[in-house]
Amino acid sequence: MTSSIFDQIRTLASDLFAIPPSQIDNASSPETIESWDSVQHLNLVLALEEKFHLQLMPEEIEQMKTIGDVVKLVEGKLQTAPS
Amino acid sequence: MTSTTQTPDLRSEADRLILQGTPELASACLSEFWRKNVGTAAAPFVVSRFEQLRGKVPLVPFRLVFLRSFTVEPVIPLLRAEAFVRGVDLATNIGEFNAFAQEILDSSSALYKFEPNAAVLAAQTSDVAPDLWSPSAQLSPSAVPEIVQRVSESFAQWIRVFRERSSAAMIVHSLEQRACPSAGVLDAQQDNGQSAAIQQINRELVKIASQHRNVYILDYDGLVARHGRLRWRDQRKWLIARMPVSADHLIYLAREWMRFLVPLSGKTAKVLVTDLDNTLWGGIIGEDGMNGIKLGQEYPGAAYQELQRTMLDLARRGILLAVCSKNNPDDAMEALRSHPGMLLKPKDFAAIRINWSDKSQNLHEIATELNLGLDSLAFTDDNPFEREQLRQLLPEVHIIDLPEDPLGYAAAVQDSPLFERLALSEEDQQRTTMYAAQRERAHAEHNFQCKEDFFRYLEQEAEVAPVSPATLARVAQLTQKTNQFNLTTRRFTEQQITEMAARPECQVLSIKVRDRFGDHGLVGVAITKDENETCNIDTLLLSCRVIGRTVETALLSQLATRALSRRCKRLCGWFLPTKKNAPARDFYSQHGFELAQQNGNGSLWSFDLSRGKIAAPEWVKVIAANGGKR
Repeated sequence: MTSSIFDQIRTLASDLFAIPPSQIDNASSPETIESWDSVQHLNLVLALEEKFHLQLMPEEIEQMKTIGDVVKLVEGKLQTAPS
Repeated sequence: MTSTTQTPDLRSEADRLILQGTPELASACLSEFWRKNVGTAAAPFVVSRFEQLRGKVPLVPFRLVFLRSFTVEPVIPLLRAEAFVRGVDLATNIGEFNAFAQEILDSSSALYKFEPNAAVLAAQTSDVAPDLWSPSAQLSPSAVPEIVQRVSESFAQWIRVFRERSSAAMIVHSLEQRACPSAGVLDAQQDNGQSAAIQQINRELVKIASQHRNVYILDYDGLVARHGRLRWRDQRKWLIARMPVSADHLIYLAREWMRFLVPLSGKTAKVLVTDLDNTLWGGIIGEDGMNGIKLGQEYPGAAYQELQRTMLDLARRGILLAVCSKNNPDDAMEALRSHPGMLLKPKDFAAIRINWSDKSQNLHEIATELNLGLDSLAFTDDNPFEREQLRQLLPEVHIIDLPEDPLGYAAAVQDSPLFERLALSEEDQQRTTMYAAQRERAHAEHNFQCKEDFFRYLEQEAEVAPVSPATLARVAQLTQKTNQFNLTTRRFTEQQITEMAARPECQVLSIKVRDRFGDHGLVGVAITKDENETCNIDTLLLSCRVIGRTVETALLSQLATRALSRRCKRLCGWFLPTKKNAPARDFYSQHGFELAQQNGNGSLWSFDLSRGKIAAPEWVKVIAANGGKR
């Protein structure tokens, strides 16, 4: 039923950055995705917090340089977070 | 969650429907997608797809400007998606960060160039009154009244200057209270503490707003309190992005704005049509009987009473209530009439349909009976199947989803922006009584062989008078709401009406109608503009509840009489057809006007006043008031 964290983040990023999911992989970053600017970076943070019910620290937000970073960060937080 | 598996389908389904050229279906699909996926990620998708549907589905354009002291940008896509699914195509402009005062005061700022329909003034307590927010604030008792006065005066100035420069609506956020005041519990002991001071400023804001037309207060502090102060704020986002609201509360801010945008853009519902079994009471009256249904002050009957109480609140706001239920009429009417737990009574319903026919058929009938379009109806029912079916069959009708737990029913209705009103006229508050009189009229009409006898029996009186401060709000409201008997469908704000009424060549007239059954109140507006020797009818409209009673002829006859007394030679008027104003199509030709011109927009009709007056029907007593103008 539930798709992998990567799939969920890819769908989310695809909606947010308005590009097809097929163009998004772990290496995707603001360099490869044109619409990923600072405003969209904030929106990405808000969308992640809303979807996965978590809080991202300022340090963590700075570390989100690629989609792979984002997936790793969310996976880590979901494991440690009390559910 | 089932939505995770369904949503990729809805996404591609929406795209497929757009490509296929079925915009209505695509719009319904996008709305469903949004209902199931509301949030920051889904918003850009919904917005971009609705943008592709522009011009293909009916959308009301609306321009909104933000004057703000904090980051609102991430809320905008949520707001635009919410607006699109409600039929509003929102264009936004965001003022410079914390520069709202300069923007308001500078008449050449981007704010005024944008020509907004409305402006949101969203200033934070920490920005406009830092002394009332900062934890280190050491306030001397004498300083507090000074701060209250200074802040209130600033708001008064911003609002006044904005009102002078723009006729746009203004939505002013009230000031937020601190979750934990600097003085701790001591703050609550003082009538000049931080909390007391903020309350005082907020009360001043209400006073200031009431001194200006089209200025409204958004109870921001109430909104924050409703969701919990500690949960609403996100201190980290505030520090890194000047964005004080937590991610999962952004949508509630967007929806609070919608509560103003829905009435401002005219996308409200006028009627709430409700089911009975398991909606107004628990259980099924036909099976459980009068003693078996759950309805009363205790659980579980209290949940249904709470919904009924909410509906009574709507009725006081001028929203009509109606029943649409699959039931044996005798059983259901007995419960409506005499169940001790019923707060609503048969007289509270403007229309009642209790039968075994299709609900879509019944909704059509209710709309016809109340003389309203289907898009004026909102419908609620505990049965998801009925709701879904009506969404498919009657996409114009607004469907209000109810949660599974009846304790959430009242909140589901209260949360809907469809029933928000920004001002109440006398007519709004008496509407249900008027509809009851209307039913008696319809009943009486059946007893007459010919219409003329019925009209004589009605003893109608029509009072035609120039617009006055007392009638201004209602006159503007009628121009904004009347769709059917409206020759030109021109919409005006109160400000525009005032400006027109002040011009010597302009007449803004209203008509009040009463008869033996009751008072209809102010039901019609006519605006004329003299040019050379022609009196041009700019606007002529009548509320649907008096159409077909010859009052329209009485009003036209008044226009002719008044034009003659100003030595006009001709009375001219356009008929501009819309989807809804067919009832007005033959009005001019039926009254002896001749076709003067025709183009893609409509037809121009002319009446030669040298041929004499236009006779008012003998059975309507016309009372003409002048109020300085002729």
